[in-house]
Amino acid sequence: MVAGTLEDLQKEAIEEILKVYPEKARQNREKHLGVDSPEGVKGACDKTKSNKQTVPGVMSQRGCAYAGSKGVVWGPVKDMIHISHGPIGCGQYSRAGRRNYYIGTTGIDTFVTMNFSTDFSEKDIVFGGDKKLKKALEEIDELFPLNNGISIQSECPIGLIGDDIHAVAKKHKNESSKPTIAVSCEGFRGVSQSLGHHIANDMIRDEIMPDASARKDFESTPYDVAIIGDYNIGGDAWSSRILLEEMGLRVIAQWSGDATYKELAIAPKAKLNLLHCYRSMNYISRHMEQEFGIPWIEYNFFGPSKTTESLRRIAACFDDTIKAKTEAVIEKYTKMTDAVVAKYRPKLEGKKVMLYVGGLRPRHVIGAYEDLGMEVVGTGYEFGHGDDYKRTKEEISRSTLIYDDVNEYELEQFVKMLKPDLVASGVKEKYVFQKMGLPFRQMHSWDYSGPYHGYDAFAIFAKDMDLALNSPVWTHTKAPWAKTEIGA
Amino acid sequence: MAELRQIAFYGKGGIGKSTTSQNTLAAMCHYYGKKILIVGCDPKADSTRLILHEKAQSTIMQLASEAGTVEDLELEDVCKPGAGEFHPDNTDITEGYINCTESGGPEPGVGCAGRGVITAINFLEEEGAYDDDLDFVSYDVLGDVVCGGFAMPIREGKAQEIYIVMSGEMMAMYAANNISKGILKYANTGGVRLAGLICNARMTDKEYDLAKHLAMQIGTQMIHFVPRSNHVQRAELRRMTVVEFAPSSDQAFEYRELARKIINNDLKVIPKPLEMDDLEALLMEFGLEEEVEEEAIGKKAEEA
Repeated sequence: MVAGTLEDLQKEAIEEILKVYPEKARQNREKHLGVDSPEGVKGACDKTKSNKQTVPGVMSQRGCAYAGSKGVVWGPVKDMIHISHGPIGCGQYSRAGRRNYYIGTTGIDTFVTMNFSTDFSEKDIVFGGDKKLKKALEEIDELFPLNNGISIQSECPIGLIGDDIHAVAKKHKNESSKPTIAVSCEGFRGVSQSLGHHIANDMIRDEIMPDASARKDFESTPYDVAIIGDYNIGGDAWSSRILLEEMGLRVIAQWSGDATYKELAIAPKAKLNLLHCYRSMNYISRHMEQEFGIPWIEYNFFGPSKTTESLRRIAACFDDTIKAKTEAVIEKYTKMTDAVVAKYRPKLEGKKVMLYVGGLRPRHVIGAYEDLGMEVVGTGYEFGHGDDYKRTKEEISRSTLIYDDVNEYELEQFVKMLKPDLVASGVKEKYVFQKMGLPFRQMHSWDYSGPYHGYDAFAIFAKDMDLALNSPVWTHTKAPWAKTEIGA
Repeated sequence: MAELRQIAFYGKGGIGKSTTSQNTLAAMCHYYGKKILIVGCDPKADSTRLILHEKAQSTIMQLASEAGTVEDLELEDVCKPGAGEFHPDNTDITEGYINCTESGGPEPGVGCAGRGVITAINFLEEEGAYDDDLDFVSYDVLGDVVCGGFAMPIREGKAQEIYIVMSGEMMAMYAANNISKGILKYANTGGVRLAGLICNARMTDKEYDLAKHLAMQIGTQMIHFVPRSNHVQRAELRRMTVVEFAPSSDQAFEYRELARKIINNDLKVIPKPLEMDDLEALLMEFGLEEEVEEEAIGKKAEEA
């Protein structure tokens, strides 16, 4: 391989990878791979095909609609009980959510880390599970009387056997006078977890947004905002909330990390919706705009540059008092983040990173890496759509490899060819690359660290990246007789 | 002892499948001393009532539901010996016997009946219901092959020969052709073969010729033309088969003849189901469908 520019190398990598595919698969996959750079128009960010069915036979990292609804959107709502309706596996293996931190007494008034399931067996498939579901709902109310509602998260068999869970939910709602919401998020629907987000949003729209009772006694202030699309992974929403409150805003709801049913219901009282995860909650943001006239803006709290930029953009929607306070907040924290950069940048400068995450972070975390002098040379979404890729263009700062729904073969080959210093992706990828002797960080769960949102969290982010990259362990990964470079 | 033969009766709903199969199997036992296990694969669970002289027997799925899981059941719980002369201990008339089991399933409109069939058949196999003494296992399967569950009996290692019960009516012929498609699908992976059409006469025009012609086109035989007889209904009201109710009637001899043909049948083929156009042409040829001008399709009566 002749050493050319980064762009040449990236294009060559795509070509190499496509060579192994049979014709049909090659034609499919080449539409999902490309190279783009900040300059110029119509690069890969504009053209990459996305939200399409995965090529059968390759190992995708995608989840399913149930994962999108139960795991992402509904699961973190802490005072509701989310029952996985179907056989036990889906519920048990998605138990405890995605490290969605919350405050409360688990099992009494909050339930996030518990697993509720109707535990379908053969006879429930054959005879239908509506009666069992009804009984489970009644048991929930008896055993956990402080729950503020139940959501029923449908697993695949429910859609196959055609159970009428919506009728069961309606009946239970009438009898218990508590919100009971059936979500038809069967895993076989759609091509990834993305449809699950949409279905979950639709059920919030249909079942919670019309509930005006929660909003009746609400006392508004001109500074009410709602955080939308922050799942409080490792406490992300809390570290975001600190900043918003310091700049004089009142956060009336967090969707859905550490959220309550009431927080979902009062969001239409916000003056402005702040949307972090665009992919999973743009639907409901648009709905609140149309139905309640609430404007929404996207923001990015990863890394000081993006955080500062976002704070100013949010402040611009409010009066001068807020703007002034915001500047004070920025000034206060910039001193701290400058110190973080001063400490870690020399150790991380010029290190190359390849990302592969879900639907937001493939673009949102780029700024945080760049703040540390690190260079993102490849990124891609598991389940992003066209609008996500278009937004990615604004975030990249050099020639970047773009890969949609990249499979394990492709990612492994890309890493071998581009030789990044750090791979930042999910737990399914982690051990592949660590065994190749490469530093790795999980960017779904923050590798059990975090939070990563906001100024304070940047210190944690920087420390984590330093730990991953500069750990002395990497000097011991190669056998003495095989001291050659990866991929060489 | 001959090898166990696994056969299945398919056909459009309401065609008289269960009645025909039970009367035929009864004749196989009564006249030829065959030892048979009936596996009813229909949530209605009416595939064994004439043999048992009962309304409907407790089904595998019903019992499994009461016991908790299907693993909690014993073979004796779900497998009932036939009544009277079909009982294994009753050798007055025949050395043969008929044991009965029903898969069962949900009420109409809920759950998954197909899964019930799969569960039930797996259970019977694992529990060793298909023992060495048997001559025949016979599956009686609901209506059309609507989903994978109802194709279970024709998958690998299950029924090798399929008898399609039909009549000279249009929908029955469609169904027979569709079932042939199902058999064709599994014919190459498993060993399933179409063994013949049984025409359960409705006494429509040219029924005999039509059935015979369809059988020929699909590549099989019309193994028997069972005429209509009041004995069948009278016997059924008493929850009996014709060979018990009126052993010396003509109808009993018809079933005896069908039984003999099945026992001696060696024409088992991979079917060649007809394309829709060919089937319609056949129906038109026999006057079951009228020729319609291309432009008249989809038009209301007053428009035409």
